[in-house]
Amino acid sequence: MQWSKFMATTRSRSGFKMNEITNYIAVDSIEAAAEALAAGPVTVLAGGTDLMLQGQAGTRTYAATLMNIRRVAELRGVRLEDGALTIGALTTVTDLHNDATIQAHCPILAETADQFASPQIRNMASVGGNICNASPAGDLLVPLIAVGAEVELVSKRDGALQSRRLPLEDFVTGPGTSEIGDTEILTFVRIPLQDGLLGAFRKFGPRPALEIAMAAVAVTGRIEGGKFAHMRVAFGAVAPTPVRGRAVEAALEGKPATDEIINAALSATDADISPIDDVRASAWYRRHLTRALTQEILTDAFQG
Amino acid sequence: MPSKAEISFTLNGSARTASVAPSASALTVLREDFDLTAAKEACGEGECGACTIIVDGQSVCSCILYAADLDGRDVETVEGLDVGDTLDPVQAAFIEMGAVQCGYCTPGMVMQIKHLLATNPDPDEAAIRRGLEGNICRCTGYSKIIDAVKAASISMRAG
Repeated sequence: MQWSKFMATTRSRSGFKMNEITNYIAVDSIEAAAEALAAGPVTVLAGGTDLMLQGQAGTRTYAATLMNIRRVAELRGVRLEDGALTIGALTTVTDLHNDATIQAHCPILAETADQFASPQIRNMASVGGNICNASPAGDLLVPLIAVGAEVELVSKRDGALQSRRLPLEDFVTGPGTSEIGDTEILTFVRIPLQDGLLGAFRKFGPRPALEIAMAAVAVTGRIEGGKFAHMRVAFGAVAPTPVRGRAVEAALEGKPATDEIINAALSATDADISPIDDVRASAWYRRHLTRALTQEILTDAFQG
Repeated sequence: MPSKAEISFTLNGSARTASVAPSASALTVLREDFDLTAAKEACGEGECGACTIIVDGQSVCSCILYAADLDGRDVETVEGLDVGDTLDPVQAAFIEMGAVQCGYCTPGMVMQIKHLLATNPDPDEAAIRRGLEGNICRCTGYSKIIDAVKAASISMRAG
């Protein structure tokens, strides 16, 4: 994101480390945020649950100016419009969990919010922050990719606000990196309305709370005439980015919802993921978890 | 020189102002500028809940919250709970149930329980455990803390 231009070791002439926040601004509109981004490098603060920690850990380099966007009221909340659910980037994970519109039209997001971190972190963390953080294991990214979410990115160029949309599955480009430009702000997530969609989100870690997933799976779709239809699958923490499970989708689509077909789909998970060994789990265990979680979802949500 | 952020906020019911470093945490400012030392730093990463305070009615981890972000907001800490000689029902329940051991997690537990009971006045045991999943007690005194939540819930609903 905006930090990439600054290297942690360089020092300005006044002697302050470049990786130090020396100025704070708060904006109250999308336009003001876009103007500040256009004017110079700023680090965007939304929920903030990872921002301070990433600086302390040396994994994030700050711009000199911290821009707090939390008071941009138009960026918080969930709306139904034009056949789509629109979620403001500042909507908190607690909001997502409690929102009646989400519960009615996209329950998999409320279910995911319930498995996210802890109450305190859910109260702070924003949808847009979880997306822009671009973690391979970001919980919300997984169901959002499964439901076909798009993100809207806004910038100010030539005196006018410009916006572009891209599918969330194309947004994250690597661990901690994304398609967002230095002068862009993520404003909204847009999900096509798909009432009555079956599906579920599952993640696994040693304890339920505050766990970075070893593996996470979301599946959505329908059963039409006893067959899997409109199937979309996404995996988290098993590749450099959250990934779409196209091989699994192909193994399910149009096929009867039998144990045999589900088993074939589980074999296809290997083609969709590229897990690594790290402190949380081995690649072998992540492959196992991916199959196990996918099986749980397919049997519980589609055969039940 | 780094510029300071000038903030105005409500702290335990009183209007306050502060001049804070842009990189400072809310926990640091509460402890060092306002001498409110109930909220504790333990993990410093938002994983243990010892620093829990309530901002605009929502429990948050003050160790990872930028102090500048307190501007214009309503902040509550344990120090604001008791009125005169009367303890808050959650504080009284902790004493009644023996829910304090070393005490380090207690202020964070109490504030998280305030938030839990404000959103769910009559939680069952599963809801209490979920509500406290972001708070760690390394004395492992969880059973008595859960008893205290039940006792506080009963006394608060009785008025």
